Amino acid sequence: MSAIEALGQPPAPAAPVVERHRRASGLRGLSLQAKIGAGILAVLVLAGALAPLIAPYGQNALDFDHILSAPSLSHLMGTDSTGRDVFSRTLYALRVDLAIVVFVTYVPLPIGVLVGAVAGYFGGWLDAIVSRITDTMIAFPFMVLVIAVIAIVGPGVKGVLIGVPIVAWALYARLARSEMLVVREQPFMLATTALGYSKRRAILRHAVPNLMRSCLIYSTLDMVVNLLLLASLAYLGLGAQPPNAELGSIIADGQTTLLSAWWVATLPGLVLVVFGVGAGLLGDGLSDGRLRGGAQ
Amino acid sequence: MLTYLIRRLALAVVVLFCLLVATFFMIHLVPGDPVQIVLGGRATPQAIADVRHQLDLDRPILTQFWLYVSHTLQGDFGTAFTLGSPVGEILTQRVGPSAALIGYGMLLSLLIGVPLAILAALRPNGWIDNAIRVATTLTFAMPGFWLGLMLALIFGLELGWFPVSGYSGGIGGILRTLTLPALALGLGLAAVVVRTLRSSLLEVLQSEYIEAARSRGLRELRVVGKHALRNSLMNTLTILSVNIGFLIGGTVVLEQVFQIPGLGSLLVEAVEKRDYQLVQALALLAGAAVVLASLASDIVQAFLDPRVRLGGR
Repeated sequence: MSAIEALGQPPAPAAPVVERHRRASGLRGLSLQAKIGAGILAVLVLAGALAPLIAPYGQNALDFDHILSAPSLSHLMGTDSTGRDVFSRTLYALRVDLAIVVFVTYVPLPIGVLVGAVAGYFGGWLDAIVSRITDTMIAFPFMVLVIAVIAIVGPGVKGVLIGVPIVAWALYARLARSEMLVVREQPFMLATTALGYSKRRAILRHAVPNLMRSCLIYSTLDMVVNLLLLASLAYLGLGAQPPNAELGSIIADGQTTLLSAWWVATLPGLVLVVFGVGAGLLGDGLSDGRLRGGAQ
Repeated sequence: MLTYLIRRLALAVVVLFCLLVATFFMIHLVPGDPVQIVLGGRATPQAIADVRHQLDLDRPILTQFWLYVSHTLQGDFGTAFTLGSPVGEILTQRVGPSAALIGYGMLLSLLIGVPLAILAALRPNGWIDNAIRVATTLTFAMPGFWLGLMLALIFGLELGWFPVSGYSGGIGGILRTLTLPALALGLGLAAVVVRTLRSSLLEVLQSEYIEAARSRGLRELRVVGKHALRNSLMNTLTILSVNIGFLIGGTVVLEQVFQIPGLGSLLVEAVEKRDYQLVQALALLAGAAVVLASLASDIVQAFLDPRVRLGGR
């Protein structure tokens, strides 16, 4: 580290703040709630990642001798109308869904944060334009806009991978912009100007790390929203195309046999609920930590 | 007051205009020729050229935009190519069930959410509050369509109280056919209402006039349920208007679950048939509904709360 940089750090009162945040976001500083949430998510992610190893049957293995059998030890979640093992299908679907969710949540995040940070830092006409664009994106109901983009790109996983990020960056841009309006008035940001740092360095090195925390906390909630959105799209037939499964499409398949075989639609949905609860606990636990930190 | 209203109105007009721009470009972003995609591979070049002309797609882009804006402002959304009738007519036929579903869902979310929020705020971190928190965490994590299916399974198929598909108008028909989907929609929103209203109630409970009400010896339920609630209602209004987009998204899927012939199922049909004209009109309508709802809620808020109209510069 050069002398100038070494000089650059101490006057910034934010440095200890950032430091404290870092420590709080280490595993030890997490509340019990956040730990349980993280544990639930870890189990689901492992189950999805290891699907080919864990799944007792192939995801599309037909078995006409065991059509619509109820959950039992050999078929933990029963079988569907063509004898496919719902548990195996759910594991594979979870794998697909989690991969898509991580992509559609964390690809738009840095883009949105950068756009919001730049708009908030400079203000003026740039901010006005960015704000109107995000207002417009947010004005559309998320689901309708994503469906419209899918109508253009074409149904399937590709449509979802393009459709969600095109819309989702706007939320992070708005969040980062409003945080930036606060951060830019902080003494350490004024110090970057006084020290003659380039605007690029001030934004990227000094402001953005301070915006990231709230965006990352928000992203846990966003993952739940995105997972539910994916499930809805798959349910509508706009997600992964058959025979490959997404959680939503398994549920849609199960709707036709709802009365005779409740398990096909019910159990994959429960997996979604468990994921949502895990992410909710993690998000709540993290934001409680922030509130406590903020009170100091 | 007047300047606040004008500023707010101007902002809404700007966003509405941006919505027009966004939906206009939608059809131009389709990779390849949208007309070719709709008509299929066997269409003759003449047929394609005819449809392009009919849709004004052969004009310069600025002229097209001008025509799009002026037609839309006159309420003319063009003709849906797959259904062969004017888009405006189709929309008016199908708007009823969707509007009823959204209204009913909102009502249920308030009927469920407000009492629960009061109960939770009466004794924060007591066992009732914790039970309610667990329940809202669960409902928040449930996909609306899955919740709808479960309600259909229990109350429709097993108990036979409600039909599981179809729609009929009138109060009786709505109560019969829309109760389950509205419940599925409302429970998701109720979770948000409970959480926001609870924290807003707890904040209001710190104020001095609540102290005064308590020192006059009023019962806690009355203090929270009447005095505090009145000041938190504004927040509830905001929650509802912010979530109108969530409700619209929810109806799209729930209409599919319960086979309700509304705008949501129309959107899914339009996507399947690649009827871009219809998708465009529906996206515009949904966006405009959100903008107008938030405008209406801000205006109501300005009338009710002087801090908003004076603080808004």
